[in-house]
Amino acid sequence: MTGQPLLEGDGLHKAFGPTKALDGASIAIRAGEIVAIMGPSGSGKSTLLHCLAGIVRPDSGHVRYQGAEISAMTDGERSALRRTQFGFVFQFGQLVPELTCLENIALPLRMEGVRRREAEARAAEWLDRLDLADVGRKRPGEVSGGQGQRVAVARALVTRPRAVFADEPTGALDSLNGERVMRLLTEAARETGAAVVLVTHEARVAGYSDREIVVRDGRTRDIAREMEEAL
Amino acid sequence: MSIGQTFLGLLESGPRHGYDLKKTYDDRFGHARPLHYGQVYATLSRLLKDGLVELDGVEPGEGPERKRYAVTSAGVSDVESWLASAEKPEPYLQNTLYTKVILALLTGRSATDLLDVQRAEHLRLMRELTRRKAGGDLADNLICDHALFHLEADLRWLELTADRLDDLRRQVRA
Amino acid sequence: MSVGQGRGRGGASASRDVLLGMRFAFAGGRDGWTRTVLTAVGVGIGVALLLLAAAVPGALQARQERTDARSDLRLGEQIPAAADTMLVGQVDTSFRQTSVRGRLLHPEGPRAPIPPGLTAVPRPGEVVVSPALKDLLDSPDGRLFAPRLGGARVTGTIRQEGLSGPGELAFYRGVDALPADEATRLRTFGDDFSSEGLGTLLSVLVVIIIVVLLLPIAVFLGAAVRFGSESRDRRMAALRLIGADRRMTRLMAAGETMAGACLGLLVGGVLFLVGRQVAPMLSLWDISVYASDVRPSLPLVAVIVLAVPAMSVAVSVIALRGVAIEPLGVTRRATPPRRRLWWRLILPGIGLALLVPLVGGLPETMGGVAQYQVAAGAVLLLIGAVTVLPWVIELVVRPLRGGPVGWQLAVRRLQLDSAMSARLVNGIAVAVAGAIALQMLFAAAQKESTVQTRQDPSRAQAQIRTHDPASAGPIAARLRATPGVTRATETLVGGVSAEPPAGAAGRDPVFAVLQVGDCAALAEYADLGSCAGGDVFIARATPVDPAAQEAIRPGATVTVGEDGPRWKVPGDARQVPARKDPSGVYQDVVLATPGAVDADAVPRSIANTFVSVDPGDPDAMDRVRNVVAQLDPLGTVATLAASATVGRFDGIRRGLYVGVMVTLLLIGASMLVGTVEQLRDRRRLLAMLVAVGTRRSALSWSVLWQTFIPVMIGLVLAVVFGLGLGVALLRMVSVPVSIDWATVAISAGIGAAVVLLVTALSLPTLWRLTRPEGLRME
Repeated sequence: MTGQPLLEGDGLHKAFGPTKALDGASIAIRAGEIVAIMGPSGSGKSTLLHCLAGIVRPDSGHVRYQGAEISAMTDGERSALRRTQFGFVFQFGQLVPELTCLENIALPLRMEGVRRREAEARAAEWLDRLDLADVGRKRPGEVSGGQGQRVAVARALVTRPRAVFADEPTGALDSLNGERVMRLLTEAARETGAAVVLVTHEARVAGYSDREIVVRDGRTRDIAREMEEAL
Repeated sequence: MSIGQTFLGLLESGPRHGYDLKKTYDDRFGHARPLHYGQVYATLSRLLKDGLVELDGVEPGEGPERKRYAVTSAGVSDVESWLASAEKPEPYLQNTLYTKVILALLTGRSATDLLDVQRAEHLRLMRELTRRKAGGDLADNLICDHALFHLEADLRWLELTADRLDDLRRQVRA
Repeated sequence: MSVGQGRGRGGASASRDVLLGMRFAFAGGRDGWTRTVLTAVGVGIGVALLLLAAAVPGALQARQERTDARSDLRLGEQIPAAADTMLVGQVDTSFRQTSVRGRLLHPEGPRAPIPPGLTAVPRPGEVVVSPALKDLLDSPDGRLFAPRLGGARVTGTIRQEGLSGPGELAFYRGVDALPADEATRLRTFGDDFSSEGLGTLLSVLVVIIIVVLLLPIAVFLGAAVRFGSESRDRRMAALRLIGADRRMTRLMAAGETMAGACLGLLVGGVLFLVGRQVAPMLSLWDISVYASDVRPSLPLVAVIVLAVPAMSVAVSVIALRGVAIEPLGVTRRATPPRRRLWWRLILPGIGLALLVPLVGGLPETMGGVAQYQVAAGAVLLLIGAVTVLPWVIELVVRPLRGGPVGWQLAVRRLQLDSAMSARLVNGIAVAVAGAIALQMLFAAAQKESTVQTRQDPSRAQAQIRTHDPASAGPIAARLRATPGVTRATETLVGGVSAEPPAGAAGRDPVFAVLQVGDCAALAEYADLGSCAGGDVFIARATPVDPAAQEAIRPGATVTVGEDGPRWKVPGDARQVPARKDPSGVYQDVVLATPGAVDADAVPRSIANTFVSVDPGDPDAMDRVRNVVAQLDPLGTVATLAASATVGRFDGIRRGLYVGVMVTLLLIGASMLVGTVEQLRDRRRLLAMLVAVGTRRSALSWSVLWQTFIPVMIGLVLAVVFGLGLGVALLRMVSVPVSIDWATVAISAGIGAAVVLLVTALSLPTLWRLTRPEGLRME
């Protein structure tokens, strides 16, 4: 894994009113690697993820995806980027409650213009893969939390994104379901070669990553690199 | 066990007598298992031999406990590097971690650095264990889970403690 | 709040719960406040409309009392003159399409009655005018009207008790003499003739109008009260978790809605008072009302004040039951149960059952029972549209699949929960259904009461009758000299009679009209051929009356007038075919040029003038009236028209359109609020969808479809029910059925426009909510 990083943030600053969420944070993610972003609550982890994904524009600093400057893109371009190149898994509340699980998974494809039949066929493949075959017709409100998060993972991966952003994906789940979800996420990501940016405060979840970045008071620390450089 | 480094740390604040060191150790780190006198002598001799402490003065009377020891600069850097380096993660590491944290508190060092460094090391092992689980059978999974949970427990305690200390320091400074 | 207090619960704890609920209405920061305020505004509008509606009978009553008090119509023998009698001459006229009430007053003694609204009888040369007329006279247009007051000086204004409304144009002018046979003599003003009862058709119309306008208000109130119900449900669930029992939650929900409803009452009262002050400035169909007229009857006000909070409480408590408030689950986890059809058909079924027996024909005078039957039947049938709507929406929406993303989102949302949108659409459905039914009735009624007058406005536009003419000509001459008048012909009108010929059926004399005028004037009554001064013609109408032909013929001697002089019809009088005159009269006429008739034979009582005016001059007719008023104050000017409608309908129809438009706007406003509420509830989901990269256009389309689909279904249903009701009503009043598709299209079109407006106005909120920063709110 050499060469240009897939996604990098460089000297990011972001303030929400008087609170400074990011204070010179930097991070580089290579294609296909799984990076955990950890730190105490309120440290700016989620904000860093939002900046990297192009959801939020940093006050200063650069965010580059495959070399292209995200912060310079228009809102429409960033939205298209999120639709086609990125996938998202949040802690809860991300599935549209009135669509069936199958339709939820197919949604990103539909939004890109794929015909309904084909989109739902591809979504059905993911249902099988995630061992969710009988959940397809049900609505998110009718399935358990673990099943719902797996549906969310499927939805994140159905467009074969280059990067998946997961913000506390197992936060609302018990240990077993959390493990299932993380295993699914990381295996599927490795299969498709997608990078994963994983925000979590749980060490066992970070155990699924390749390396971790610590965010503290809006600044990032890469301990592993520091220890390497010290040698 | 890191008795030697503990003594070095205790000496950082100033020279002490042997019996003084033992008493302090017993109070803070002994947990109802007081140190053997023999252990104290042996540790102090070794430290002396390694040049990490030096004699500071002698009280009239017999016995090493009457000797006063002072830490050398070599000793100080030894404590430093000990505190700054991570322990090999294993279950029932709490005592060591606990010791380290208290020392950090006593010597005015930041506990968060300790935490971050330790976390990196713990995560390395946890990653291995996680990988092992993916390819293993049920028995493997059980064992790995057991270890993983305990490792996580260490880190969680460390996190909480670091937060508490930082909080305290902020309050004290304010 | 300990759970164990279950045992000794009494009124004290109940009121405490209610008060707690009321507190909730105002807690919750800006969101909670906004919700309560919106509810209050919604309820307030409904209450204001109800109060205004309750005030209408009172306003009309007050108006009626005033017009009755000044009435001076007397039938039968004229009473003899005395010291306490007054002669009143009626000189009503019009100014540019607005009617003006005019009276000439000649007191015959010191104790003559004073008309209501005046402090003293105007002396000759004085005139008392209404405030509106005074404004008119003071304006530049006053020049066009002033001549009609005969040069009298304005000495005062008529007070409120003498006018029907603030916009009425009226005057009382003092004169020193009035011919008794053309004036009314009375001892007191006012009578107690009750105004004519409304005919059958009109009664039905009125009842339905009331229903059509009030029902949507009721529906709207019901929806307004349910604003914010979703967050209320969540709050109730949370309270149940910490130990509140069912009774407590009901009481608290009741308290909360009551707070909003009571606030709404206040808002409604204020709105009503404001509307009251604005009322005099509005003048619909010549009727204007004073602010003091707008007084709702106290019993009705009491009913409204009690019913609105009661209903709001009832509605919210019933809604609570629908949602299973068990402590850990307020979200509707299971698929909602399929709706049942059968109970929804009960109400409209009863309505139909009430109306069908009347379909054969209503009794002539609308008795009390028949009236209630019609009202109840119509109400139930209209409510039927409301109850059936959710079921139909669900039926239509259930099989829908596929389509673009926006459509899919909207359809799925409707499949999950169509109740909310159905609630909002109900009002539109009722308003449109009612409007269609009413329009059908109106069109039919209009056709019924439009009369072909047989007048011919292409030949003349006005017919003037003046009294005591000196000769046939001065009026026409003056008129021809008036700018805007293109033609004027004048004849003196009288009659001739002759003994019936021997051998005729009866002994009654034979009559014919006598017209004396120049050749041009006479040509209006017959085809003269050639005409010169001194000629006499006898115009015969077909079919010919043999007795007249025999008795009134050239050479015969006839009596002019009732017991007037004898006159011999010249032997060389030509017989010519009669012609329909511009006022539509077709009969035998004796036509004589002035020279042909002896001076004492010329009739003196009435001159008849036909006038044509320049169609491009809007003030020509008023100038004509001015001239006539100056020459003969008691002269009449009548405009000729091909058809005339009995007056009431146009105005009522206009009023209906306005009412329906207001109702639809109202409902549109509530739909807007409902949609915005929904969007805000789904704030987090929307933010996530945007984070995931959903196009804003897809979301906007989903909002549009979500509003559009139920409204369209509602409109279709409304058209069906409206046409059905209309047909039933027409059958009831035995009028041939005809469907006015234009109205159907217009009503439906307005409904659709409301949808587009609502969607467009909710888009800014959608865009504000879909900024990705919304993700930050945890």
